[in-house]
Amino acid sequence: MSGVVGKRMFGILAITANLMTAGTAVAQGVPPVEDIVERTNCVAYYAGRDGRAQVSMTITDHQGRTRSRRMTILRRDATAGEEEPSACRNQKYYVYFHRPTDVRGTVFTVWKHSGKDDDRWLYLPALDLVNRIAAGDRRTSFVGSHFFYEDISGRNIAEDEHELVEASANYFVLKGRPADPDSVEFKHYVIWIHRGTFVPVKVEFFDAQDRMYRVYQATKVETVQGLPTVVESKMEDLVRGGNTTLKFSRVQYDLDIGDEIFDERFLRNPPRDLLR
Amino acid sequence: MNRLSRVVDLAAVLVTACAVLLPAQVTAGGPPLPAGLAPAETGEPALPSGLGGEATSAIGEGGVADDTAGKPGLVRFWDIRVGLRTQDDDLVEDDFTLAETRLRLEYLHQWERAEFVLKSDLLLDALADDRGIDIERREGWLQLREVKLDLQPHSKVDMALGRQVLTWGTGDLIFVNDLFPKDFNSFFIGRSEEYLKSPVDALRVSAYFDLFNVDLVYAPRFDSNLYLDPERLSFFGSPGDTTLSVDMPDDWFSDDEIYLRANRRFGSWELALYGYDGFWKGPEGFDLDRQVYLFPKLAVYGGSARGPLAGGIFNVEYGYYDSKDAGLDGNDYAPPSEQRLLLGYQRELARELNLGLQYYLTHIEDYGDYQDDRLPGSPDRDRNRHVVTARLSKLLMNQDLRLSLFAFVSPSDEDGYLRPQLHYRLDDHRSVELGANVFFGEDDDTFFGQLSDNTNIYTAFRYDY
Repeated sequence: MSGVVGKRMFGILAITANLMTAGTAVAQGVPPVEDIVERTNCVAYYAGRDGRAQVSMTITDHQGRTRSRRMTILRRDATAGEEEPSACRNQKYYVYFHRPTDVRGTVFTVWKHSGKDDDRWLYLPALDLVNRIAAGDRRTSFVGSHFFYEDISGRNIAEDEHELVEASANYFVLKGRPADPDSVEFKHYVIWIHRGTFVPVKVEFFDAQDRMYRVYQATKVETVQGLPTVVESKMEDLVRGGNTTLKFSRVQYDLDIGDEIFDERFLRNPPRDLLR
Repeated sequence: MNRLSRVVDLAAVLVTACAVLLPAQVTAGGPPLPAGLAPAETGEPALPSGLGGEATSAIGEGGVADDTAGKPGLVRFWDIRVGLRTQDDDLVEDDFTLAETRLRLEYLHQWERAEFVLKSDLLLDALADDRGIDIERREGWLQLREVKLDLQPHSKVDMALGRQVLTWGTGDLIFVNDLFPKDFNSFFIGRSEEYLKSPVDALRVSAYFDLFNVDLVYAPRFDSNLYLDPERLSFFGSPGDTTLSVDMPDDWFSDDEIYLRANRRFGSWELALYGYDGFWKGPEGFDLDRQVYLFPKLAVYGGSARGPLAGGIFNVEYGYYDSKDAGLDGNDYAPPSEQRLLLGYQRELARELNLGLQYYLTHIEDYGDYQDDRLPGSPDRDRNRHVVTARLSKLLMNQDLRLSLFAFVSPSDEDGYLRPQLHYRLDDHRSVELGANVFFGEDDDTFFGQLSDNTNIYTAFRYDY
């Protein structure tokens, strides 16, 4: 009941705000920064309980040469009670490579833990070899693209300090600074978060000289099972040139992907009905 | 009341839609940005398609083609490679160690709870004297890499029947409890690394329980390691002109092998126990009477652990090699029992630069007996053989270029082996490889030392379809 009232109240507030000038309106209804960050993190990386997407990646280097990658990504979020302090923290990823063809059938799994290193495995089908991969730097290229591991699986929100720069009609604009500046290559970033959906639309990364060197942009969003979903995005390298685009298709949430999918059994025997 | 609330809701929706549809100019009157946040003033991004208020469509089905299911007679890759020895060797006529081209064909058929897999190579090997097919010895122009039926008879059980490639254990190119057959010949002459693992003709049953998982592999007929080819490589006791006379255990269901593994995870750590009952994988025994080499009986028991440590991955593996007929018994000689221990650690040194280190110990049991029984003319092994390995790998040029060096060095045998490799992806289909196999050693009866005249370089081109 109070939820309904709250919604209506918000509606009335919005009307009133809009009738007044826009300049003062934006100051209204802005949640605390921590809430914006938390919700954005959940929207960007934890939609649904689990999810599946086919990803088509095009990498264009500074000379204009292109490389393509195709993979199916399965994801499962740990639910509360399951070694989980709160929502939107621990999760597991299963990445099955379709292209390039020399790595077809290669599977990469990640168990993402908040507050400690990820566990990573790589399965090489030609050798039937399950390799353990050292966690390593999460800000290195994911499969040769301009996206980092961390861009794909999410950056721990506790690693940055956030401040609200602006709240426009469309966006919450936040500035993020690393709590440990030596751990990353950026000095700060500016992120535009869509107010209505909490979808991160653009991120600009700045280096120590305050030079913008890297830009992320969500270029297409669709609503899948009621959840706003970025289906096209792009990461640009402004210093060396080149960019990577991602296109997500066959997105589906809440497939009841079991926890066992992320174990060795399904590295060796890919769950083909989920990869189709 | 009801109508009023609906009106209010409708108004809220309209306002939200207006807010979404009207882009950035609404914000122009915002407070000026504080100093130091200038970049944010360069303007905000336009709303992406889908957040601009237009109708959103369902996700199209036209995505990635389903290429996990194979198509009949599918060509997977074409590979051509040439290798040359870098020094003359009196024992081997040919200067080439490798001159071949192969076409990989794969076929996959799926049913509800079953899958048929066929992976085979059509091989044109310019150095092979005899191109006749020998499926059992994996020779000839048709090489069956995998021919198997995968079954899932129960939700907690997987089975695979037929020829299959199997690997387990924690070592990097060192195998303690992985007794599946190896093809070191392919490895040492510069074939693709996948050919180090020779397939097994077996039934595998994997069962997944709450407490642990079990893999049981039954090979009804012994699969040995593939021999070094005396036409290409010279080694201890390999005069180029005579072939090894061996007595291979080859009776179905009596000369069989059992491989066993039980494993589970504790948090981030993986623990496993292993067992093997079969034969030494190489012709390590000898029949003095008939003057033939033998594959004596062998059982192996071991365990391993692998997990994160100090920002890297640490692994330890132990195996007890129980040589059932160790020593000289009448006219039959069998090698001594051994303990084998492997310690490994790998981590990222810098961006896209990885280092893996391993220490490997082979300890001969009952060393006195071994020395008493040792056959005249056979290598005189130390009680402890120590091997240290290092793998350094670096990715460059958007990961299209991979440089790697794998080094084996044995301070006790005073020998070693280096595998430098350069792999470059020209585009999404074509790649080239350049590599070398460098052997060195003080003595010609140690594992790598015996191969010291076989140092070779090779180059390869591969097209993946």
